[in-house]
Amino acid sequence: MEQLSGGEMVIRALKDEGVKHIYGYPGGALLHIYDALFQQEDVQHVLVRHEQAATHMADAYARATGKAGVALVTSGPGATNAVTGIATAYMDSIPMVVITGQVMSFLIGEDAFQETDMIGVSRPVVKHSFSVQNPEDIPTIIKKAFHIAESGRPGPVVVDIPKDMTTPTDRFDYEYPKSVKMRSYNPVSRGHSGQIKKAMDMVLDAKRPVIYAGGGVIMGDASAELTELAQLLNAPVTNTLMGLGGYPGTDRQFIGMLGMHGSYESNMAMHHADLILAVGARFDDRVTNGVDKFCPTAKIIHVDIDPASISKTIKADVPIVGPAKHVLQEMSSLVKNSKKQLEKEAIESWWQQIEEWRGRHGGRFRTDDSDKMKPQQVIEMLSKVTGGDAYVCSDVGQHQMFAAQYYKFNKPNRWINSGGLGTMGFGLPAAMGVKMNFPDEEVVCVTGEGSIQMNIQELSTISQYDIPLKVICLNNGSLGMVRQWQDMNYESRHSQSYMESLPDFIKLVEAYGHVGIKVDKYEDLEAAMTKAFAMKDRMVFMDITVDPFEHVYPMQVPRGSMRDMWLSKTERT
Amino acid sequence: MRHIISVLMENEPGALSRVVGLFAQRNFNIESLTVAPTEDSTLSRLTVTTFGSDRVIEQITKQLNKLIDVVKVVDLTEGDHIERELMMIKLKANGQMRAEIKRTADIFRGQIIDVTPNTYTVQLTGASDKLDAFIETLGTAHIMEVVRTGVSGLSRGEKVLSL
Repeated sequence: MEQLSGGEMVIRALKDEGVKHIYGYPGGALLHIYDALFQQEDVQHVLVRHEQAATHMADAYARATGKAGVALVTSGPGATNAVTGIATAYMDSIPMVVITGQVMSFLIGEDAFQETDMIGVSRPVVKHSFSVQNPEDIPTIIKKAFHIAESGRPGPVVVDIPKDMTTPTDRFDYEYPKSVKMRSYNPVSRGHSGQIKKAMDMVLDAKRPVIYAGGGVIMGDASAELTELAQLLNAPVTNTLMGLGGYPGTDRQFIGMLGMHGSYESNMAMHHADLILAVGARFDDRVTNGVDKFCPTAKIIHVDIDPASISKTIKADVPIVGPAKHVLQEMSSLVKNSKKQLEKEAIESWWQQIEEWRGRHGGRFRTDDSDKMKPQQVIEMLSKVTGGDAYVCSDVGQHQMFAAQYYKFNKPNRWINSGGLGTMGFGLPAAMGVKMNFPDEEVVCVTGEGSIQMNIQELSTISQYDIPLKVICLNNGSLGMVRQWQDMNYESRHSQSYMESLPDFIKLVEAYGHVGIKVDKYEDLEAAMTKAFAMKDRMVFMDITVDPFEHVYPMQVPRGSMRDMWLSKTERT
Repeated sequence: MRHIISVLMENEPGALSRVVGLFAQRNFNIESLTVAPTEDSTLSRLTVTTFGSDRVIEQITKQLNKLIDVVKVVDLTEGDHIERELMMIKLKANGQMRAEIKRTADIFRGQIIDVTPNTYTVQLTGASDKLDAFIETLGTAHIMEVVRTGVSGLSRGEKVLSL
């Protein structure tokens, strides 16, 4: 049998797992592993400028492909810098394997140089973690890490490896396991047929059904199945922030995102529904608004791979634990083979009502209250210029909500954002991770002048690896979402939400060797954006000045019901 | 309501901290907790007593089940069960209190397991409320030290928690 050192085993196991890229940053505890990395060519390493970016790159790769991304960071500060990225992946159930270096095993607990208890620090934000105690265990641990990260409800897994587990002169038999079995971990592979049948009986009795689909449809590769079922039923579909693209955004049956900044028609439809079919969604507080007033007339069917998500905040009438793909398939086949169908007249009058709501607000925004460009106009233009087909990687704030509302996603895995944790600084490294793996696709980072500065050092990584992504920076000179809340709840006292001394972004990106384009007027936007996207082999940063007074609407009134919304600065439901 | 939750889990380093951490992280309450290996040295059995509404208890069992190291979870209070807790209590035992403590210990079927001229240490086993009653009967004025193991329990009859 082949003899490898622990360090070699780490890299070899990644290769055997089919990993092409890993994202990382070397350090003392990782030197043996980096030396093993140097001596092979199968696994390519991408050197970031800060470990947080490595985790976001790995995370975005996973969001775009469904496969676990891999980050490699050193002990101590390397590991703690990765924590935000791990938590980001954890909150959005993204598969990721993070390998962290650790001090020599005999030094653990002695406050050694660059020692951190990474298993302890990361514990609340990982699906699981492993600490390597014997080098021989490395192949099995890595196999288990991928298995756990990718199966069931996906999530990040940390593998902590003390330096003396990777010593080059200590060699051991190497064999990568084909599969692993764990007695304590057996995620469900199909939903309960009796429950599914019961659910579909209820669905077919409904007069005002809504399908509410989340990120589970994206990570569960169930977008086609969702579309089929929705179209068989002619039921309206709303997506969560994490679920955008799970149902075609330009289809008539799509009624927009729901929740705090959801569309008027989707929030109204939810409130008045008599049946909600929730698939791969978790009734998060940004969706439900006041739980005691949530959808008072609806029966709730909740499909989720994670039993703990069901009835956590909103009690389900019919819980179904299982993978979205399988459950939706079985639901569709029941509808096809059932004599009973949804009552045609009821559905038609339901659609009439929804169309009326859609006509009343329908995502309009004013352009006449300012001579500045509106951020919504920029996103609409982006959707037009990229044909609605780009990978859009967003940062966090107003621009994120505008992108979610105004970019029409027709395909899954194309909307990549930190929904659960809301991590500013996510967008740029995420776009890097996607673009490196999909070099022929358009990949855009939609950001603001606040978020972009949280990982701006990665402009250097982009130079090193020639990653020709595009950045759309909606520059309103302030932390827009914070400012919006201060406008609405703190009498416009803009405490620390305004940034003086912004850099000249054009000069800054040029210093890193990229192209910068500044746009101040809407008239110039289309030409400038077309020009930016025509530069296929360059990273182009568009610094676009937008109206600093704009707010994101609709916005739900805190602790109200789904239908309680501000529709503009002056209009309320 | 009070619940006794039994957890069978891998006897791995860090497994206990994941359980304890989960309770802290999700704002669940821990009244008592006890853990030890079972007859199978690869498995540990943990018993936790907690208070919460049905919704909270449902979340606790579901979240515990989600932990990768956890093999099985059962809420013992859902069915007939036996629970025991062991207490050792060190008491000031002077003058007429010496006889009084001995009598009370006998009534509670406790044993005096350590004696000095001025102290008794009583060992008492039973359900938690019996232990509470013993403390109440003797009064806190005489108590020097109390140590309790926390609740252990299992289901009555044929029902078992095993692999």
